[in-house]
Parts: sequence; structure tokens; C-alpha cells
Amino acid sequence: MEEYALLLEIGIPLLLLLLGFVAGRVAEARRYSRIARLEIAFQHMPIFTSKDLMEIGRRVESSQLTVGSVVVSVDHFKRFLAAIRMFFGGELRAYASLIDLGKREALLRMKQSCSDADAVVNVRMQTAALSHGERKTLGSVEVIAYGTAIKYRKDDDGLI
Amino acid sequence: MILTNVESVPGKRIVEHYGLVHGSSIRAKHVGRDIMAGLKNIVGGELKGYTELLAESRRQSIERLVAQAEELGANAIINIRLSTSSVAQGAAEILAYGTAVKVE
Repeated sequence: MEEYALLLEIGIPLLLLLLGFVAGRVAEARRYSRIARLEIAFQHMPIFTSKDLMEIGRRVESSQLTVGSVVVSVDHFKRFLAAIRMFFGGELRAYASLIDLGKREALLRMKQSCSDADAVVNVRMQTAALSHGERKTLGSVEVIAYGTAIKYRKDDDGLI
Repeated sequence: MILTNVESVPGKRIVEHYGLVHGSSIRAKHVGRDIMAGLKNIVGGELKGYTELLAESRRQSIERLVAQAEELGANAIINIRLSTSSVAQGAAEILAYGTAVKVE
């Protein structure tokens, strides 16, 4: 009986790690290809972090706030890697792809929610931790992107 | 109501300022969503339940912002800022604030 208990004690965390590793990899690859496809579809809509419309040099018909957000979490295996990294210090590369995907997803959703706009100006991005995992590891993270969607006047293509 | 996060309403002239308006909402996630999120934490990826929860919460904050501006007689809110913070384990606050103005 005791051997079984020991097996369970080591086996379950190992199984979770393996599950996280395999499922996490597959899911991440799928998300990357999906995002890359959508990014190409929305290439026609430029986004600017500047708010100076003179730089764009077109007359504006209408403008509206647009927001995109996503809540993401890392898999069990990466959290384990990060826990080791946190002991030694240094860059947490295990979390980099999570934040990268989150930022790109939030930007895409921002564009999707104003799909008839010509451009988005003054884009701001921010990250907020919603909860923490065990031992100060990362729980879930919300990434928000917001900006002002601009529609140009169609009758005038000239500069201001 | 026109909402922007730049210091003006592009293409329009501001005729009157009414000052700061703000709206906020605090939401807690329910247990069902928490369990789903717990499972999702093993494989990683998007936590759709939380995304929806926060999007809904943000919509409500902006609605409150707009209601306040309407009361003042404004027809636009400029320079809007959004922020999320977790005030307690399991609850998130969404704050939206901006300047109420009247445009032509």
C-alpha cells in the first residue's frame, strides 16, 4: 500500500507536468498560427501610439474609443520552469510567449471591434495580474489594448 | 456620446469642458468559472470565462462614465484611461475615467 501512495504522490505531479508540456505546446502552436493568420487579415488597419493626427495628415470623419482584452494563463510545465528560474534569477523566458501572445491577441481584438475604421491612434497597452498561483508564480494575466479608432473623410484625400 | 482616448475629438472643436468623470465596477468570479480556470491553468491558454467577465465589467464601467457625463450635459468624453487592478484575491476592479466635454 505504501508504495502505491508514494507512486501517487510523485506520479500525479509528474503526470500534470507532462500534460502541461504536451497540451501546452500543441495549444501554443495553434494559437500562434491563428494569430498570424488574423494579423495578416487586419494588416490594412495601421495602429499608432502617437496621438498627433497631423502625422497622419488626413481629415477625420468620426472617431470612437475601441478596446480589446484577453485573460491568459501559462501551462503547468512552464510554471514549473519559471519556479526554477525564480530561484536563480534572470529572464523568465517561459512567460515571454504568454505575454507576447496576450499582447497580440488584445491588439487584434481591439482592431476586430472597430473593423470598419481606417486607423487606430493613441494605442495604449497594459497588463494586470488577476490572481497568483502557488508560491508567487504567475496565475492569470489580463492584457488590455485600447485606442481611438479613426475613420477618414472619403471625399478628401489631400493633406490637412 | 463620442468617446476617445486622445486630448480632443478629432475633426471637431471643443466648446465646453465639464471636468473629470469616472466609472468603476468590481466583480468577483463565481466558483464554476474558478474551477474551469483551475483546469485551464494546467494546459495554459486563454481563460475565456475571465475574459468575458472583465469585458462585461469594463462595459459597465464605461456605461457609468457615460451616464455621469450625460448628467453634466456633455456629448463627448475625451482622454479616457482604463485600468484593471485586483483588489482582493478573486475580485477585479475596472476603472474608467476621462474628461467630459461638449463638441460642436
